[in-house]
Amino acid sequence: MKLYPLIPALPLLGFFINILLGRKFIREKAHVVGIAAVLGSWVIAMMTVADVINGSRINEDLFTWITSGGFKVSVGFLIDQLTAVMLVVVTTVSLLVHIYSIGYMHGDRGYYRFFSYLNLFTFSMLMLIMGNNFLQLYFGWEAVGLCSYFLIGFWYEKKSASDAGKKAFIVNRFGDFGFGLGIIMIFLTFGTLHYDSVFGAVNTIAGKPFTVAGIETTLPTLIALLLFCGAVGKSAQIPLHVWLPDAMEGPTPVSALIHAATMVTAGVFMVARTNPIFNLSPTAMMVVGLTGGITALFAATIALVQNDIKRIVAYSTVSQLGYMFLAAGVGAYGAGIFHLYTHAFFKALLFLGAGSVMHAMAGELDIQKMGGLKKYMPVTYWTFLLASLSIAGIPGLAGFFSKDEILWMAYAHGGYGRFLWAIGTLVALLTAFYSFRIIFLAFHGKFRGTHEQQHHLHESPKSMTVPLMLLAVGAIASGWVGIPALIGEKLLGTEHSNLFAGFLSHVVGHPEAHGTESEEMMVMGISILAGIIGIAGAAYMYLYNTELPKKIGSAFKSAYNVLWNKYYVDELYNFIVVRPAFWVAKRVIVDTTDGKIIEGIVNGVPKEIGVLGQVLRKLQTGVLQNYAAMMAFGVFVFIAVTLVLLAAGG
Amino acid sequence: MSNLLFGYLGSAILVFSMLVVTSKNPIHSVLWMILMFFHLASLYLGLGAEFLAAIQIIVYAGAIMVLFLFVIFVLNIKEEMKGERFSAGWPIGLTLAAGLFLLTLIMTDTMLIGRKGTVTAEVLARETHTKAMGKLLYTDYILPFEVASLILLVAIVGAIVLAKKKLD
Amino acid sequence: MVTLQWYIWLSLGMFMIGIFGFLTRRNIVMMFLSIELMLNGVNLSLVSFSSFLEDLRGHILTFFIIAVAAAEAAIGLAILITVFRNRATVQIEEIKEMKG
Repeated sequence: MKLYPLIPALPLLGFFINILLGRKFIREKAHVVGIAAVLGSWVIAMMTVADVINGSRINEDLFTWITSGGFKVSVGFLIDQLTAVMLVVVTTVSLLVHIYSIGYMHGDRGYYRFFSYLNLFTFSMLMLIMGNNFLQLYFGWEAVGLCSYFLIGFWYEKKSASDAGKKAFIVNRFGDFGFGLGIIMIFLTFGTLHYDSVFGAVNTIAGKPFTVAGIETTLPTLIALLLFCGAVGKSAQIPLHVWLPDAMEGPTPVSALIHAATMVTAGVFMVARTNPIFNLSPTAMMVVGLTGGITALFAATIALVQNDIKRIVAYSTVSQLGYMFLAAGVGAYGAGIFHLYTHAFFKALLFLGAGSVMHAMAGELDIQKMGGLKKYMPVTYWTFLLASLSIAGIPGLAGFFSKDEILWMAYAHGGYGRFLWAIGTLVALLTAFYSFRIIFLAFHGKFRGTHEQQHHLHESPKSMTVPLMLLAVGAIASGWVGIPALIGEKLLGTEHSNLFAGFLSHVVGHPEAHGTESEEMMVMGISILAGIIGIAGAAYMYLYNTELPKKIGSAFKSAYNVLWNKYYVDELYNFIVVRPAFWVAKRVIVDTTDGKIIEGIVNGVPKEIGVLGQVLRKLQTGVLQNYAAMMAFGVFVFIAVTLVLLAAGG
Repeated sequence: MSNLLFGYLGSAILVFSMLVVTSKNPIHSVLWMILMFFHLASLYLGLGAEFLAAIQIIVYAGAIMVLFLFVIFVLNIKEEMKGERFSAGWPIGLTLAAGLFLLTLIMTDTMLIGRKGTVTAEVLARETHTKAMGKLLYTDYILPFEVASLILLVAIVGAIVLAKKKLD
Repeated sequence: MVTLQWYIWLSLGMFMIGIFGFLTRRNIVMMFLSIELMLNGVNLSLVSFSSFLEDLRGHILTFFIIAVAAAEAAIGLAILITVFRNRATVQIEEIKEMKG
């Protein structure tokens, strides 16, 4: 019996139950419905993944969705190795976030609404990754964007939250516009939107020239770049990264689920899924790689000076997503997905840990006001530490394996790959630095907050700490399925230790890697060194010589200001995009179109009728003879017309 | 009837009509009207409708015009005669009347005459017009006859009710 | 020989004079008089048609027209007296209640 349609169907059902019955009947028990749905989904997903590991591949159309002329699209599911990896990520993190939310959102007025939106999001994300055609991908794409809007602006009475929700949605629309164009181009080129048909025929367009707006390019390049537009928006790469830091207005579980593990990774997933098209366009791949690398560096530098704990982790997410695109840009889609997989665990853990800290500090976000939390919240501290070690690339933990594979693939690609490797290594150093800055400022040292806050400090309830611990297991162990052959040979005695890459190669193929074993060891060593230098630097500046940060800040004041203000990108966009849009909305639409034209018609027509009425009113003089004269005139006309017609006809 | 007689009667009728419409004193208009009715009755006689001629004089000239005279006396004609006879827009009325006249004149050129009936002049000579009319009125047209009498009854009652003075 | 045409023209003439009087006189009594003139014009045309077609039905209709004209004149003049009592004027231009 087919169980896999239940994977997205159960969360959808949970959404409907909670949103329709939640306010009156279910209320505080809403988490039961939500968790039951996602738990069922998780169980079936794991069973399906087990099937895929055993070699099955499902590609089935459930029913026809749209037929219109030559355009036919069905709702169908494609479950292959790539989908299986994503299923593990989405269902596991979603389940753990649902459990965490019991404690975090306890007592909130919109409790049932939160769980229903989380369920809806899970449904949308599952439809996105399990679809077998581009239209279903686009549906899931937009639906997760919608859920993101709902969840970011969950506390909608707060203006900054609803503004952030709007910003996320609108910025995403910019990217989705290009994405939609890309899908249209695919349909025009291939006549179908189903993955298998498109990817099977993709070689027919290899190198086909195409001119757009006077620029000569190839068809694969155009399609790939258009599709990448969507990824830039959804995965918060430059220049559409501005929504992700603001999205921290939403509740922390939302940030963990959507803006760390699942929604923002949809872009990477999409690039991996459409890798046949990208492989045909070296130009597009270079654009992808460079965008990823520059974004990674950009975001890491900003994270160095932020004080809001969630913002730091948000910029860290942007930076790590840059890593994933960097990998895709050099053809190592498998490595990018591997990093997606490990990143989901340790980034979700970082966010949930930050939420735990906020919960204890009664909503305080500024790490300058924290300190010494280690002894009040041990579980949070140790899990947070493990996640930070993972992200810093300390050997043995998950982040080491995935990040190292990316850096090696970049180096081995040659050409611009070497440049990207250099950037990636620098970013690794910065990542370790800012991650441990949080640890040292928030958990070590003396408490710098107020007395009431100090009284309030406590470890979070079990519903919050258990997911932290489970995620920590993932943050440590999830990398062990991708141990590179180099180490595997030496330690485990097998060449095929990189199970993950082998698993995914059915979908994304093998990237070309020119490099010797010694180069690989050198790359590995340099990245480990970068991580250690970062941690040591943070330790020095924030544990021992605590005056140093201020001194550096005042010495390089202008550079500090640029970083603190996020390179003034928001201000730039405000000037270029937001204000002209408001100007157009106000002057063109409200004043002219609505005010003059439509109001003109709506008011003007009655006014003209009134004027006409006033004129016609003069006919009613009240004097009988005038009426009689008009009658006589009418008779005159009538007889005259009859005579003329008779004369003409007869 | 001879053309001469018709010529005299016709032109007299037209002249008297003009005088009716243009006289300053309403009493003069009524008197001209009565004169015109006599000529009209003569025309009816010439057409062989004696009964109608008699009715015309008895009812129209005798009753209705007298009624008009009474009403004119009730109203204050001394005051009325001080004002203008015609309203300000009388050229328009003149043009309309003249235009309609010409138009209808043209129209009657293409007149189609219907079938002739059975009551010829010989029949009328033998059997007087009154008798013939009576025969028709009391058989074929008995219903309109009764209705007409009802109308007259209503008119009597209505006129009295409308015009009587309120008893104080 | 007096043809039907002449009678028709005569009746037309009477009718149009009646219209002229109705449209231009200011006194209401004169307007009534013009109405009677119009009615007589129509009577003439009916009688002449009837005689020339050797049918009596036109005469019958004329008979009824005279009866109804009498009734109508009576009521109309009664209303005129009532109006005069309320307004003290019989100029048609002074009675403009329906203006606007």
